[in-house]
Amino acid sequence: MKFLADKYDIVVVGAGHAGCEAGLASARMGFKTLILSISLDSIAMMACNPSIGGTGKGHLVREIDALGGEMGLNIDKTLIQSKMLNTAKGPAVHSLRAQADKTKYHIEMKKTIEKQKNLDLFQGEVVEIVVENNVVAGVVTRTGATYEAKAVILATGVYLKSKIFIGEVNFDSGPNGMFPSQFLSDNLKKLGCNLRRFKTGTPARIDRDSVDFTKMEEQQGDEEIVPFSFLNENICIDQMPCWLTRTTLETKKIIEENIGRSALYRGDMDSVGPRYCPSIEDKIVRFADKETHQLFIEPEGVNTKEMYLQGMSSSLPEEIQISMMRTVTGLEKVKIMRPAYAIEYDCIDPLQLKLSLEVKKVEGLFSAGQFNGSSGYEEAAAQGLIAGINAGLKIRGEEPLILDRSEAYIGVLIDDLVTKGTNEPYRMMTSRAEYRLVLRQDNADLRLTEKGEKIGLVSPERFQRVKTKEKRIKEEIERLKKTSVSPAKANDALERANSSKIGGGITLYELLKRPEINYKNIEEIDFSRPKEILRDIVKQCEIVIKYEGYIEKQLRQIKQFKKLEKKKIPDEIYYSKISGLRLEARQKLEEIRPLSIGQASRISGVSPADISVLLVFLEQRRRRKED
Amino acid sequence: MYEEGTIAAIATAQGEAGIGIIRISGEKALEIATKIFRSEREKNFNNADPRKMYYGNIINPESNKIVDEVLVVYMKAPFTYTKEDVVEINCHGGIVPIRRILELILRHGARAAEPGEFTKRAFLNGRIDLSQAEAVMDLVSAKTEKGFDIAMSQLEGTLSKEIKSMKGEVVDILAHIEVSIDFAEEDIDKIALNYLKNKCESIETKLKHLIKTAETGKIIKEGIKTVIVGRPNVGKSSLMNALLKENRAIVTEVPGTTRDAIEEQLIVRGFLLKIVDTAGIRETENIVEKIGIERTKELFNKADLVIFMIDSSKKMSSDDIQIIELIKNRKSLVIINKTDLEPKIDYSMVKELLGEKRIIKTSLKEDNGVEKIEEYIVDMIYKGEVKNKDDLVLTNVRHKNALERALTSIGEALESINKEMALDFIEVDIRIVWECLGEITGETIREDVIDHIFSNFCVGK
Repeated sequence: MKFLADKYDIVVVGAGHAGCEAGLASARMGFKTLILSISLDSIAMMACNPSIGGTGKGHLVREIDALGGEMGLNIDKTLIQSKMLNTAKGPAVHSLRAQADKTKYHIEMKKTIEKQKNLDLFQGEVVEIVVENNVVAGVVTRTGATYEAKAVILATGVYLKSKIFIGEVNFDSGPNGMFPSQFLSDNLKKLGCNLRRFKTGTPARIDRDSVDFTKMEEQQGDEEIVPFSFLNENICIDQMPCWLTRTTLETKKIIEENIGRSALYRGDMDSVGPRYCPSIEDKIVRFADKETHQLFIEPEGVNTKEMYLQGMSSSLPEEIQISMMRTVTGLEKVKIMRPAYAIEYDCIDPLQLKLSLEVKKVEGLFSAGQFNGSSGYEEAAAQGLIAGINAGLKIRGEEPLILDRSEAYIGVLIDDLVTKGTNEPYRMMTSRAEYRLVLRQDNADLRLTEKGEKIGLVSPERFQRVKTKEKRIKEEIERLKKTSVSPAKANDALERANSSKIGGGITLYELLKRPEINYKNIEEIDFSRPKEILRDIVKQCEIVIKYEGYIEKQLRQIKQFKKLEKKKIPDEIYYSKISGLRLEARQKLEEIRPLSIGQASRISGVSPADISVLLVFLEQRRRRKED
Repeated sequence: MYEEGTIAAIATAQGEAGIGIIRISGEKALEIATKIFRSEREKNFNNADPRKMYYGNIINPESNKIVDEVLVVYMKAPFTYTKEDVVEINCHGGIVPIRRILELILRHGARAAEPGEFTKRAFLNGRIDLSQAEAVMDLVSAKTEKGFDIAMSQLEGTLSKEIKSMKGEVVDILAHIEVSIDFAEEDIDKIALNYLKNKCESIETKLKHLIKTAETGKIIKEGIKTVIVGRPNVGKSSLMNALLKENRAIVTEVPGTTRDAIEEQLIVRGFLLKIVDTAGIRETENIVEKIGIERTKELFNKADLVIFMIDSSKKMSSDDIQIIELIKNRKSLVIINKTDLEPKIDYSMVKELLGEKRIIKTSLKEDNGVEKIEEYIVDMIYKGEVKNKDDLVLTNVRHKNALERALTSIGEALESINKEMALDFIEVDIRIVWECLGEITGETIREDVIDHIFSNFCVGK
């Protein structure tokens, strides 16, 4: 029996990392919002690794924060170790990663949602999306509760018809012992959504007391913690270590002997898994000449003995998992608390989405996260935030927020998914961003706070602070350009910094271009330096000055890129009628319906020749219109 | 760029030949052929089997008169060169029947194809890639056998192959860089700057080599601008005739761009020589005096090759000496002719004046020394650098331009390596190299690197 339970502006299906951001954004924009979740105990559950951030992913978290999202704030509250990765490389690829206390992460996020005005939380499984004349009208839960809504956001994660595989054993289940969602898939198919099956996996959790850490290498966090959120200045906690160990030849042997019993190799699964996250059996098969593989052992939280065995995700039978793990250095007597498993689930082909993350076929239906074919908490959160924002903007009758590839990693992420599609769970990497020297994690606030403020997720005060920061940076660079030092005054200091002496006067700006020179070691010769200069401003100045040539090169590339992005393709074009286009290109263009020539050029199956045909067509069309 | 409609053109070379081919491409190709072709075997050509030769006559449907006896073949889209419907008519050679048939076709619904338009369609319809298309364009306009060979080999994708292999190397470098950035904590061997440096230098060398061949390519395509100077009766006309006699000739006179310039073209061992005669210098006793030293210099500057002829049976004039001065430091060939006559020339003085310069002694009257001249010219073209005759030669400006940008960027990448910059900075320029190479083959490229990472490195959690 269906019954009308309530009316909302926006209903979010799922309360994982995407659902939480979507619900919070929508509520904070002033919309009456409901988040429905199969279990309220799985809000912001970290079903796999106990960490947030990493290369590329850390950038996403900082961008989410700059736009007014929650992930950065939540990990800052709950982290137990923090590390800036890639510090030996350039600032563009420095990436923040923090180990989280999983339980605390869930509790803190739940608290935030509960406290949020305009936001309701309800435990229920959505089984139907109500659509009238191709426009979304609400959702129905398993218990018959109907919620009317102006927009619905799907953030179903890996729950749709999910199935778990452990060796020869498999059963219907959501992640981590949760219920799967068994009905929504069929309803979505009826609505015209093309679903497919992806898989992912997670390693075992082991008992801390059964691990011999003396045989492992301790991995400490950074001494000074850089917070994820631009709103936080300092975080002082006692950090917990992670541990590094390796598999042995014996491990390899056991896997090779039992490879036939792995669910992945038995042929039980016809879904596609991610290449960057191969199971241990995959690694052994594909890189057969490698004798050992490294493993990280990471704490799952402060109040638990469970530890995560990074590098050993598997779908081997439980008993083989145990014997395999016991061949790893330091795990000779290991006790497993949760076995590794592979999980298979339904998700949408993201080519069916607009850049706003609205489903093309159903107006007002948005989607985000693993349902869109991505993988990872951060990728999910980023999409959730954008879906939440755009659902809100749609109700307001405003243009959607679309970040382009030169503005944010979030833009790269969504454009990749929606334009190129993906054949495996999509993970963010810095190499996916063409303009990464500009898209740094350290300047996400300068890039995006203004957009967050316009939408209403960032307070005017916060935006004002960013504007002031921007101004200070400019002023400081100007000052450094104008301030010269003489050899007599500078050479002693330069010598101490192991830098070559100068023959004539030189500006501090020029001096700072030298790799060995930084703000600190020219302090004594910089007489006009402002008394109180923020660390953050110094950092921005150093980056801008030191890498000026490279950054300028990238800015020129961005200019070129923008030219094609600005060439808009009108809505009413019928690609099937453009005779010069190859058949494949016609079909792809018709399916994706790109907004610009730039977007069209990134569609796989559309060649540069097709693009020139398209350009000619648009030009002819324009001339005809002028006549 | 892409004009709709059915196009037609004469596909064989202009001039008297045994057979002429007219090609029609586009939606209406078959319809037009049906209107003007009558065959005993198939009354209605609309029902013709594709890829079969039909014997019959071209008829002018208005007058019902036979225009020519022909063989016609219909090729159905998309299995044709242009991926459109194509009809080819083989008729008798000779300018009259060919032109008449073409006119008939144009009257019945086709328009005359622009030069290279068939190829343009083949490209736009996705039949061939950009570098192949450009090769066909070169082929169409190739004036000489040599140019033809190069265009042919490019058509087969020699350039694509070379560029692709170079691109493969670049992808490999990029994947190494990216994997050490994005998978910083994996146990993958750190990329050594020295390794990077070697790789980049090897690519730099290859790029330089390819670009160098561009100059040769230009000469092959456009011909060698040659000036022949020397006193009247020294044998300039004989030289022209001797070169002509030995080789296939195209002699056309085209009005030059400079004042009174006349250009004659002749082919020497497959290479096009353009003999420039400005202001009738060949008839002048004393060119330096006649046109002035500055203009003589300018004239020589514009030439790829100056051939200076000296009469061995006469003493050298002051003009001869002045010319020797002017050609000392440029690509030039000195021919001492009339060795059959009693020498009056002071050879030691000539040698002293010319230094290392190559001198060829000839008696053109006795057909002596022409071989050597030809050899010298061919040598000069290859400059001793392009040793293999079948070596890939770059003939396209767009390619050259893209390669030059790639070269600049690989240089900048090497500079970053030398400055020991972090990998992500080095990557910026290497990525540009990669994009430039992709521009030549006209491919989209970005996913390459990521695929490469996953197939070659063991990464993951």
